Amino acid sequence: MSQTPILKTEGLTHTYGAGTPFETVAIHDVDLSVYPGEFIGLVGHTGSGKSTLIQHLNGLVKPTGGRVLVGGEDLQSSKETLRNARFRVGLVFQYPEYQLFEETVYKDIAFGPKNMGLVGEDVDRRVHEAAGFAGVPEEMLDKSPFDLSGGEKRRVAIAGVIAMRPEVLILDEPLAGLDPKGCEDILAHIQEYHTSTGAAVIMVTHSMEAAARVSDRIVVMHKGTVAMEGTSKEVFSRGEALRAMGLEIPAVTKVLLRLRELGVDVDPAAFTVEDAAKAIVRLKGGHNLC
Amino acid sequence: MLKDITLGQYFPGNTPVHRLDPRTKILLVILFIAALFTAKSYFSYGAVIVFLALSVAISKIHVKALFKGLKPLFIIILITGILNVLYTKGETVLLSFWVITITLEGIRTAVFMILRIMLLVSGTFLMTYTTSPIALTDGLERLLNPLKKIRVPVHELSMMMSIALRFIPTLIEETDKIMSAQKARGADFETGGLVKRAKALLPILVPLFVGAFRRADELATAMESRCYHGDKGRTRMKVLRMTGSDAFALILGVLLLAGVIVLAVFGL
Repeated sequence: MSQTPILKTEGLTHTYGAGTPFETVAIHDVDLSVYPGEFIGLVGHTGSGKSTLIQHLNGLVKPTGGRVLVGGEDLQSSKETLRNARFRVGLVFQYPEYQLFEETVYKDIAFGPKNMGLVGEDVDRRVHEAAGFAGVPEEMLDKSPFDLSGGEKRRVAIAGVIAMRPEVLILDEPLAGLDPKGCEDILAHIQEYHTSTGAAVIMVTHSMEAAARVSDRIVVMHKGTVAMEGTSKEVFSRGEALRAMGLEIPAVTKVLLRLRELGVDVDPAAFTVEDAAKAIVRLKGGHNLC
Repeated sequence: MLKDITLGQYFPGNTPVHRLDPRTKILLVILFIAALFTAKSYFSYGAVIVFLALSVAISKIHVKALFKGLKPLFIIILITGILNVLYTKGETVLLSFWVITITLEGIRTAVFMILRIMLLVSGTFLMTYTTSPIALTDGLERLLNPLKKIRVPVHELSMMMSIALRFIPTLIEETDKIMSAQKARGADFETGGLVKRAKALLPILVPLFVGAFRRADELATAMESRCYHGDKGRTRMKVLRMTGSDAFALILGVLLLAGVIVLAVFGL
């Protein structure tokens, strides 16, 4: 890609509890570039530094080494830059439903835009727009967030971040603890925001299937560094290396690989059930599934 | 930030001090405090300091850790010192100008008061540093057992205490998380006047309370589904047993208090 990255880290390093017996290096020398309109899947084993990394990207955590550039500007260069970065890089935490606090869903979604200094109609427009993107129905806006179901709360929380219209939307495990239907739902809404606004998205996930399906690029973190980077095809073709990092390849890919082992000449570079089905149909001389 | 709170922190270890029965340690702290408040002379303070220093040395707790615990009290210690220097009446005037008179007695009292606070805090911290909160509440419950006769709900109180202690780190972690989440939405906790800052806390407090109630509810369900129904017929995984070293430590503690009392009686 020849574009300039919207978000970039240079030698980003963070050490927790430096100088104490509990000193741990959370991330080490991470160079990562995020280009406008990109969808990145960030995967890695528990404790690989994913959460620490994303908290640097909007300046919540100050790096102990290296720097983070948003639109070419160093985050820590001034208070203004830092504050603006919070709005340009929207971060949705893990289990964001526990951060809702307002009386109504509407007010909660409006919290971000109001902090940006917007008033009146601007806020109103953003709330409705964000609610639309996150799949929060209009009639839900007047309800108390505490009366909603878990999945609904999560959509409200995501809307609360989308309402700031971030140029980069980062989501930490947005699918954790949801049933398959809820997962599909949230994933579809995130993709919709991504395609219709052209915002870059970084999604941290444990689900290789989800990462493979929606990402343009997959970044694998291991022991605080970026261990692998590339398209899902490139990354998942290195199944052994992934397994050594405590990660798995998507289940259907495993099926295809096993088929190959059994002597079936199928292309194993398929990561969703649909693609796998197509690959098998192609093998059988068929053309299309539908 | 919030994680720096050392209250109730426990440094695991396997020294003779760690191995003492929690009841012994609670009693020792009481004896220690009694001795500290009886002490009036350099000699008796010396005895108390030696006692604490020995315990610290055996426990292998870093002196640094103890001083870290004293840090939040720095201002209180400072004010106590200054007030004592200024307001103690004495004969040997060292310095006098305007309304300020500093006497030798004043300085002496101030030094003793500061020492007293520091020793008091260090002594109790040594106990919490070397005893796990669970063992501590267990010990407290056993010590207060006789009060059950007059219907004091000792078991319930100590259960509440251990649950409260157990949830301090969880709540701190949760507060940190909620703060980060709200900051990510542009919340500002650092600027503005008092009213604005108090209002800014709302987005933290509401989710924190909601979360605490949810946790309490979940915990109650979990305890009930494991058939918890209070004190009756409840046995313990770790039965507390006093050993020879407990007796030895208690004798030392009693000797310390007795010694300090004797010194005080003789006006030393």
